[in-house]
Amino acid sequence: MSDSVKKEANAAECSRRQAFVKLGVGSLCVAGTGAAVFGYEFLAPNVLYEPSPITNAGKPERYPLGSVTQDLQSGIYIVHGPEGLYAMSAVCTHLGCLTAWKPELGIVACPCHGSKFRPDGSKIEGPAPRPLTWLRAYISDEGDLLVDRSEALAQKQFVRT
Amino acid sequence: MANSLETYFANLRDTRVWRSVFRSGTGATNLHRALAVQQNVFLHLSSVKIRKRSLAFPVTWFLGTLSLGVFAILVVTGIPLMFYYHPSVPQAYADMNDLRFVVSAGVFLRNLHRWSAHAMVLLVFAHMFKVFYRGAYRPPREFNWVVGVVLLLLTLFLSYTGYLLPWDQLAFWAITVGSNLISAVPLLGARIRFLLLGGNTVNANALLRFYVLHCVILPLAAALFVAVHFWRIRKDGGIYSGEKPNHE
Repeated sequence: MSDSVKKEANAAECSRRQAFVKLGVGSLCVAGTGAAVFGYEFLAPNVLYEPSPITNAGKPERYPLGSVTQDLQSGIYIVHGPEGLYAMSAVCTHLGCLTAWKPELGIVACPCHGSKFRPDGSKIEGPAPRPLTWLRAYISDEGDLLVDRSEALAQKQFVRT
Repeated sequence: MANSLETYFANLRDTRVWRSVFRSGTGATNLHRALAVQQNVFLHLSSVKIRKRSLAFPVTWFLGTLSLGVFAILVVTGIPLMFYYHPSVPQAYADMNDLRFVVSAGVFLRNLHRWSAHAMVLLVFAHMFKVFYRGAYRPPREFNWVVGVVLLLLTLFLSYTGYLLPWDQLAFWAITVGSNLISAVPLLGARIRFLLLGGNTVNANALLRFYVLHCVILPLAAALFVAVHFWRIRKDGGIYSGEKPNHE
């Protein structure tokens, strides 16, 4: 075998090797992406066994005019103001602690970082960036007051009784 | 008596079994001592030789070694705690109370684990400050500083995931607040929180995920990075013991 032929053979060998390296790296990239997607899909649960976002607050007559009622279990307030009934989330807009209604002060206060709110949810003071979230409340066919905790209202909405 | 013990150990080191395990051989020469370190998978992470002045207390205050020691205590106390703990709601809280009031030595192991966890956070921070203020992070040790930062984050994340496991009010609200902090990450925040908690609220899924992270994934990651950290001390020229005297 002459030297030139040998060199040519070497060059072909080299480019073949490079092609295999590219193939290997490429398939590793594909496998890596697939594993990432697979992993994400696996880790994100498809079915949640969490309480239903819709909670039954009972008959609207339970809430007399001018009252603020906190339901600890569902984490909501039912307020009966002059314009009607409305529901607010009791979860603080700062970092998610459960706020509490202080009847002696007439305010809502958060135990974690001291945010304070008025009964209409607007902020008095504290680190909370937004007022308390208003939730969609409606009367069911059975006449019960239902509150949908998954739906934040952009505008105030009252239930008239 | 002492003499006979000495002979006993000398004979033991001469047995075929011993020689098969420790192939560096017996003897007190420098070569034998170096081989004893170099041929041991655990010891070889460290240097064969070390400057005497780098072992002096003022150089390190032994903060790195103390961090490792506390980590070892956490592993040794954490594993027995796992025998009595079910990461399920509401069993976890009852198990934690059982460990405190019913299980023999349970309160000792649990409190040792808890205090060591606090101590580890403190020691790792102190270690980092010590390294920083002595300038030991400078080349050629920059990469080991980065490994150290990863270890600090692992320490904090271990501390955070362990905080949920008692499943009491403090744990629940601390993790609620902490996971809402994660939501502040731009764009991906809400998704990361969802993946971490395995849901929208701190619940059974979150407890199980934190348990797996706390008992398996994070300790293994920490052990891996500790190994790299120690290896790099050796490779980067040993513990930084200040500028060379003739350098100043």
